[in-house]
Formats: sequence, C-alpha cells, structure tokens
Amino acid sequence: MNAAKSFSSRLAGWLPRIVVAPSLLVVIVTVYLFILWTGVISFTSSRFVPVYDFAGLEQYVRLWATPRWHTAVANLFIFSALFLFLSTGIGLLMAILLDQNIRAEGFLRAVYLYPMALSFIVTGTAWKWIMNPGLGIQKVINELGWTSFTFDWITDPNMAIYTVVIAGVWQSSGFAMAIFLAGLRGIDNSVIKAAQIEGAGLPLIYRQIIIPMLRPAMLSVIVLLSYIAIKSFDLVLALTNAGPGSATELPSTFMFSATFRRNQMGVGAASAVMMLMTVAAIIVPYLYSELRERNNG
Amino acid sequence: MANALAQHKPIDEALPRKTRIRFGRLLIYGPLCAMAALYLMPLWVMVVTSLKPLDEIYSGSFIGLPQTITLDAWRAAWSEACIGTECTGLKPYFANSLLMVIPAVVLSTGIGAINGYILTKWRFPGANLVFGLLLFGCFLPYQAILIPMARTLGLLGLAGSIPGLVFVHVAYGICFTTLFFRNFFVSLPDELTKAAMVDGAGFFRIFWSVILPTSIPIIVVSCIWQFTQIWNDFLFGVSFTSGGNSPMTVALNNIVNVTTGRKQYNVDMAAAMIAAIPTLLVYIVAGRYFVRGLTAGAVKG
Repeated sequence: MNAAKSFSSRLAGWLPRIVVAPSLLVVIVTVYLFILWTGVISFTSSRFVPVYDFAGLEQYVRLWATPRWHTAVANLFIFSALFLFLSTGIGLLMAILLDQNIRAEGFLRAVYLYPMALSFIVTGTAWKWIMNPGLGIQKVINELGWTSFTFDWITDPNMAIYTVVIAGVWQSSGFAMAIFLAGLRGIDNSVIKAAQIEGAGLPLIYRQIIIPMLRPAMLSVIVLLSYIAIKSFDLVLALTNAGPGSATELPSTFMFSATFRRNQMGVGAASAVMMLMTVAAIIVPYLYSELRERNNG
Repeated sequence: MANALAQHKPIDEALPRKTRIRFGRLLIYGPLCAMAALYLMPLWVMVVTSLKPLDEIYSGSFIGLPQTITLDAWRAAWSEACIGTECTGLKPYFANSLLMVIPAVVLSTGIGAINGYILTKWRFPGANLVFGLLLFGCFLPYQAILIPMARTLGLLGLAGSIPGLVFVHVAYGICFTTLFFRNFFVSLPDELTKAAMVDGAGFFRIFWSVILPTSIPIIVVSCIWQFTQIWNDFLFGVSFTSGGNSPMTVALNNIVNVTTGRKQYNVDMAAAMIAAIPTLLVYIVAGRYFVRGLTAGAVKG
C-alpha cells in the first residue's frame, strides 16, 4: 500500500511533465528536426523529390550563381532598409502626436492599426488596383489636369520593389505606432516635469529625454519588423507576383518557386537555410537578452 | 505623461496663449487626420470599387463614389467567379477556411493554456529551456520547414487536406499561445494554486476551477490572434493544398490573377472584401485584445 501511494504521488509529480511532453515533442519535430531535415536536403542533389546522397556544397554554389537569387538578396536589403526606416519613423511620429492628449485618440489608433488585421493578400490586391497605371492614381491625377504625371512603378522593373515598400509600410507602421505608444505611456512623468522646471521646451525634451528612453521599444520594433520583412511572401505574390520579370523577387518567393515550381528542391533548401540563418542572427540575441533581463528583473 | 506636458505649458510666450495653443493643436491634428485619411483610403477604394458596375470602373475614377450601386460584383465573387477551372465563387473556400480556422484556434488555445499553466505553476527542472525552445518557434521563417512538412503530411496521409492544415497551424500556433498564457500566468500569485493544493485539489482540478476562470482576457487575446493569423495565412495554404481544398486567401489570389478577358476589378475588390470581413469584424469588436496579442512579441514594449 505504501508502494502504491508513493507510485501515485510520483505519478502526480510527473504529471505536468507528461502533459507538456506532446507539445514539446511536436515542436521539437516540426521546428528543430525539420530545420535539420531542410539542412540535410540542402547538401544533397535533390530536384523534384528529396534524394539522400551527399553533394557537398553544390546547391549553395548553384544558389549563389543564380542571378535571380542575387536580385532577391538585393531586393531584401532595399525593401528591409526602407520598410524599417519608414515604418519606424512614421510609427514614432504618430505615437508622439497621439500622446498629446488628443481627442478621439481611440478612433485614430484603431484607424492606424486596422491594416494589421488584414491578410497581406488583401493588402496586395487593393494596392495593385490603386497603383495600376491605367486606372489608378495616375489616371485620377492626369484627369485632374496634371497630364504629364506618371506613376507606373508597379510595371517598371526598376521601381516595382518600391511599390512593395509602400504597401508594406501601410500595413505595418501602425504596429510600430502601437509599441511606441505603449513605451511612451510607460515613461515616468516626474522626469519630464523636472526637465520642464529646468526650462526645456517640448522638442528638446522629446529629442534629449523621451526618444532615448524609448530605446527598448525601438529595439522591439526593429527586431519584429525585420522579421516581418524577411518572411514577406504573400504581399509580393499578391502585389507583383515577384515581377515584372523577377524584379521584385525576395528570398521567400525565390525559395517557394525554386522548390514548388522549378523542381530545384536542393537550391530551395539552400535558400531556406540562408533565410533561417539571417533570421536567427537577429532573433536569437534578442530573445536571449529579453529572457535574461526578465529573469534578473 | 501627456497630462504632465499639458499642465506644464510655459506661460511666458510671445504669442497670446490661446492662439499659440490653437496653432499647436493644428500641427498635431493636421498630420494625424491626414494619416488617418491615407490609412482609410485603400479600404474606401475597395468598397466603392466593389459596388460599381464594370463600365463605370473603366470610365470613371478609382476613388470616386459609384453613380449606380450594384451588388453584382459581390454576387459574382461569392458564387460565380472562376478559381482555376471551377467557377464556384469564393463560397466553398470560405467554408474551407472556417473548417480550418475553428478547430485550429480551439486546439492551439487549449494546448497553450495548459502549457502556460505548467510552465508557471508546476515548474520543473528544464522548464526554462522548454519555454526557450517554444519561443524560437514564434520567429521561425516557415520557408525553413516547408519541404519536410510537405513530406511529413504526405506520409501521414494528410497532404492537401484541411485536417493537414489544421495540424500545421496547431503545431506552429502552440509557440504563440504558450507565450501568451505563460506571460499572463506569471503575474498570477502562486498563493492561489498553493491554497488550492492545501485544500486537496489536483493538477487538473486547479487548472479548471482556479486558473481558467481568471484567464478569460488572455483566452480572448489568444483566440483573436490565432484566428487572425490562421485566417490570413497564405504560405501554408498555397504550399500544402491545391484545388478545392484551398483556404480563402489562396482562392482570392487565384481570382485576382486571372489574366483572360477584361479584368473585373469590381469582382476582385468584392472578393478581397469577403476575405477581409471576418478579421475586420473581429478587430472592430475586440480591437483592444488584438493589440495585446500584437504587442506580446515585444516583451518589454
């Protein structure tokens, strides 16, 4: 009887671990094991289906010899840099303006943030129509009398990537605004009061005191937006379908079309590994510092 | 903070105080309203375009009010538009999305709740490691798992099916829901569970009668986040399904990318609206909870 009791109490002690185990197993398999699997495929000569031979770095060599991949990487830099800069800037400006005892603040906040509730496919569809040179913004402005106005970026291979930036910023700057606003609300009043008693004006207070105090929020915004930028896939597909030609190809669309459309599974896996390493280089240090600070504090 | 600034407006200014404040307010409200108009513009364009007959679209401006209002485009998008070779409209795909999103939201939220409970109230050695492993899953670029997942779904006999999509969304959703519940339960006092334990309540009993009743807000946050993410997902839908089993977003993209004949922009916009309405409704009804889900990734916010 004693043994039975100790068995049941031992079972009770193990129960939490037993209950959490299936989730952990699923995540270990579908996240970590699958990453490993993709890594393995990237070192094989797989094309249409995975084959498990060893081809060394062949697929990586092919990947970096593909002009389309170079376009994708260059686009990722252009897109991420502009997307981050504009979303952060606009988000910060809106958050500061909203923090001035505004009437209808709740309404305005809701308006800035609703695009985040939409699918990128919906966003892409809407902006594709708005920026369509035949019937969209260009036509309306031409008919208003400015007949030489052209806005045909979406069909211009040199400019098309900037249309992706426009739609992306429209969708995500409200998100930056929300995080900055939360940061502003967390700042202690007394610091600002003290600065005002010293005779500092508002612009100075913002530049010298408040914006530096928003550094943690800034870090979060930059990390989370970089992550959104790197995995952007649906937006490009819906807006430009990676075109015209391959002008708006991004690593995410490259990986997809290499794997599922062009039967280059090995190249697709290699590009996925490159993407993963880029994300990990940004996210892992961030998560590490977040977790560590939380444990200390 | 804003209050502090408003109360401490300097008084010794060159301009009369009232004019100054009015001018300052204009500088604040002007950009805010301009931005609001810019943000609402695409939604406005989608709605007015979807209500116009096609001739008016080709002759008029994309942003103007419709001269004749017609629901033909909505009807076409819902039940007539062609997706691939099937001209069924979005109706069956809307149903697919519902069949996918409901079980996936319920399962991932339930599992996340119990994981969060264990990771905070029944901590065991290695619990932090488990949490860290789950957390990285939130930031996984899914391209890194597409090929193995496609193979695995094939091996499980779930390839191209809605249950397969449910499985994928639950597997990766757990990472987010566990994060939500863990961060919420951390702030619940441990005395709550300890007192229940002294009263003889066990693991599941405490979860049901003590923890769950306090966690309604975070359950709402989790459900809304998962609903929005899964409804809006495109990558998994386009990678793991084809034809009649596709979710809404994939069908919408197919409608929009039809290249034959005269482009029916009004149908495209009606279709986009139909895809957007469920998440927009959720946002309008429970926006506060949606924002909490969004900012949960920024732990220090």
